[in-house]
Amino acid sequence: MSTNHASRSAYLGRNLLSGCILGLGFVAFIDEAVFHQILHWHHFYDKSTPDIGLVSDGIFHAFSWFSTVAGAFLVSDLRRRNAWWPKRWFGGFLIGGGGFNLFDGTIQHKLMRIHQIRYNVEIAPYDWVWNILAAIMLIAGLMIVFRTGRESKVMEGTA
Amino acid sequence: MNHNHVHRASELPNELLLALPFVLVILIYLLFGLVSNQCHKQWPIYRYIFWGSGVLSAAVALIGPIADTAHENFTAHMVGHLFLGMLAPLLLVHAAPMTLLMRTLSVGHARKLSRVLKSFPVRIYCHPVVASILNIGGLWVLYTTELYSAMQHHALLHMVVHFHVFLAGYLYTISIIYIDLTAHRYSFSLRTIVLILSLAAHGILSKYIYAYPPGGVTIEQAHMGGMIMYYGGDIIEICLIFLFCQQWYKAARPRTSVSISH
Repeated sequence: MSTNHASRSAYLGRNLLSGCILGLGFVAFIDEAVFHQILHWHHFYDKSTPDIGLVSDGIFHAFSWFSTVAGAFLVSDLRRRNAWWPKRWFGGFLIGGGGFNLFDGTIQHKLMRIHQIRYNVEIAPYDWVWNILAAIMLIAGLMIVFRTGRESKVMEGTA
Repeated sequence: MNHNHVHRASELPNELLLALPFVLVILIYLLFGLVSNQCHKQWPIYRYIFWGSGVLSAAVALIGPIADTAHENFTAHMVGHLFLGMLAPLLLVHAAPMTLLMRTLSVGHARKLSRVLKSFPVRIYCHPVVASILNIGGLWVLYTTELYSAMQHHALLHMVVHFHVFLAGYLYTISIIYIDLTAHRYSFSLRTIVLILSLAAHGILSKYIYAYPPGGVTIEQAHMGGMIMYYGGDIIEICLIFLFCQQWYKAARPRTSVSISH
């Protein structure tokens, strides 16, 4: 237990990072698979998209693609070091997923107007559900991460 | 590359003639493998397979039905470019041609070659930033200027553009993943940033093409072509990302009980 704990504490940041980027990659994947491909709610390109929206969308797409793979390799790396801390990792996952969705739902959909969640409907309820869910994920993630940070300090004190 | 669509009957021997360089390139690789096997350990079979399939996927873009259709059809053009600029380089890199060449050459010649590879110009071209600007920047120039429509009317320009697409794609691939001999290796963090930004620029360009068709391309064709570039690119990019991360995973393996990251 003590060795497991020591390696977890040594890799607090990597646990958080790998959860965060996998969470981001996961929601980006859901977004692409469910909303773009299956439901056809989102559009590939919305005629009202300004250039900055196109750039932001492109960078996030590339980043989420990379994150998904890199995040999975980081989990493998933590596991071979016996340092994977699922609780902290999950906190990171919620932060990454919620944070990205909140960014997507506010900045990208509303401010940059890349595309809307759905077309030809009253959009406000969709936006509220989307953003509130994202905020809940983000807050829950932050709480878990702070708690694991404290747990790690307490354990260090007793060790 | 100026195909004459009127004389269908005379096309077949012509096509065969065009296929000759590709056959030759495969044979040379095979020969080098066999020769170097005399004084080194066996060159692995899978490398021959990678070389063969890499040359084939470049050939698909340059000769045959896809290349012929690509003159009028932007969708076919885009499929061709995916093969030529992305898939072929990825396959060819796995054949490690430079490593094979080095072990086939005599020591003296190999030393000279290695000096060339370490020379300043080659190192500049193989720098991840330079290679990705040549690769993705070249594509931006091709599709956002008059170059695309000009290329369809000038056979020589057409050849030069295709050569550039392939070569820049190859340089880009060897600058990101280190499978073959590499004169200078750059850090994972630099290559991560370059990789993400270049993939982003590729995705942005495909949506840009979707919205603003290049000269002489209809809006329907631009939609199809843009989406092929975006989603087809995604498939090959995920392979590139996977290989890149796998190399990090191997390089970062814990060697002692007290391990240091990177």
